[in-house]
Amino acid sequence: MSSVAPDPPATQAPEKSWTVKVREAGVEALPPEKLLPDGQPTYVASWIYMFGVASIASLIVIITSGSILALKGPAWWHYTGVGHFFNSVHLWSVELFFFAMVVHLWGKYWMAAWRGGRSRVWVTGAITFLVAVPAALTGYVSQQNFDAQWISTQAKDGLNSVGVGAFFNVTNFGQMYSYHVLLLPIAVVGLVSAHVLLVRKHGVVPPFKLERRKAALATAASAGHDGSPAGTDGGAQS
Amino acid sequence: MSLLRLKDDTQPWKGRYYPYDLVKELCIAVGVIALLALLLTVLFSSPDDKPSTIAQWSRQLPQNFVGTAASQLAGTSGTATYGPPYNHNGTGQEAWIIKPQKWLGVSHPIDTERDFVVGPLETVPNDPALTAALAQYKAAPEKQKKEWAEAYAKPFAEIAEAEEAGKKPPATVSVEEATGTVTVTPSGDAGPVPVMMNSLLALAKSGGVDGSLLTSKQFFQTDYTKPLLFMADGGLLEERAKAQHLLGEQWGMMNETGSYPGQPWLWLYALWYQVEPFKSSENADILVMMVMGVLSLAFICIPFIPGINRIPRKIPIYKLIWKEHYRDVTSS
Repeated sequence: MSSVAPDPPATQAPEKSWTVKVREAGVEALPPEKLLPDGQPTYVASWIYMFGVASIASLIVIITSGSILALKGPAWWHYTGVGHFFNSVHLWSVELFFFAMVVHLWGKYWMAAWRGGRSRVWVTGAITFLVAVPAALTGYVSQQNFDAQWISTQAKDGLNSVGVGAFFNVTNFGQMYSYHVLLLPIAVVGLVSAHVLLVRKHGVVPPFKLERRKAALATAASAGHDGSPAGTDGGAQS
Repeated sequence: MSLLRLKDDTQPWKGRYYPYDLVKELCIAVGVIALLALLLTVLFSSPDDKPSTIAQWSRQLPQNFVGTAASQLAGTSGTATYGPPYNHNGTGQEAWIIKPQKWLGVSHPIDTERDFVVGPLETVPNDPALTAALAQYKAAPEKQKKEWAEAYAKPFAEIAEAEEAGKKPPATVSVEEATGTVTVTPSGDAGPVPVMMNSLLALAKSGGVDGSLLTSKQFFQTDYTKPLLFMADGGLLEERAKAQHLLGEQWGMMNETGSYPGQPWLWLYALWYQVEPFKSSENADILVMMVMGVLSLAFICIPFIPGINRIPRKIPIYKLIWKEHYRDVTSS
């Protein structure tokens, strides 16, 4: 029953496959220790840093509660207590998601977190916020209650006025439900994933260097000394 | 790209690191957020006001229903005169030479006369008077149809105008409380329209109009465009919305029924509708959407906008954020 595998034929090393190229590019851009670091720069020491991970945590709760609602269908939450409970969790996790995301964005603005080649981090974060808005709106108009009736009949005018209503009809429940449970969540998760990978690639933006510190270093340098105490300001500059 | 490249000499961090558990932090964050969401759920639940139906509307506000239906027949309702994407009876909104509503055309065609009145009436069986009235209406020239419908619809418009002006409305429309039937004194010859409207009111009360607007093409249906637009032209949705502080001048759709937070992230969008020149503009929607489009683009492009991208350096909120770091640096 046993068999012996024949020796592989002696051939020239094949060209790298697409798979190998993608793997090598991925590992080069994000080696495992960078992707999942076990250390953080010492300047990352403020409560403001909590709001990025709070946004992701809220998104996880949104997707979990939304998946439970999706499993039972769009009408379930109207006639069962359990369904209404999960709808409430879904609603409040959305409110927490936007709250955390807004604080996170303001925090990153005041850090000018796009510095040091991090502009794509800001851009993906900003687009995530803008895509999350229709993701939430499609949820509101998919509720099959009075809120859905009123919000959809009001929202249609803005969307129609710029031509979007021609292919994105907020009064069409079937279309809005598809957008809400599949298309827009995929977009949000994709953007958040890209955003997080970019953060891991570039690291958390270092602090501005204080003007008086810069001046002191410049003076020291002109006097022939290297006045930069390695390991304190880390070379971060504005 | 060089135009977009910032004058930026931020260097990679070469300083100290402290031990940090990314996965543990995420797990704790998920736990905390889940607990917060649960707490808010237990404390506040979520709103679920039942939807309105055309049957409910026709029973609660029969005069408003018949007046709206008459305007659908006469082609004077909000939907009938909307333009794209529903019909060609209006040009839609525009800003200077920008007319995307017109350019994208009619994608969800609605003929209010046919879809909201004549079509539903054709589903009513065994009613000789209605059959005769419909036959008379359909055989008439367009001009005659229009004159009949306008003669029937005019008293409703006059009452609405008088109520808006705070005057005593004319007694040309009355509702019999016991039966909910609506009696109209048309401003001229209304031909078969009174019979049609009485039948439509009876059909609506039985739920027949709700059904007929949803079963136009196929058995399974998920598109509520027609019943929603029909109802939005009437007064029931607006009456409920006003009571729940959801009207446009009450910051509109960013609110939610009850005292729930709704969609506060739409505050800037809703804000423009409260101020001039948007507030009184016939093209408010497109103007607000364009302003929000420009602001959204600017939001994405903040790193590249001179001045805006320097504000964080000028207003030193960063000193609060990194106060421990600066304390360490200055004490070293």
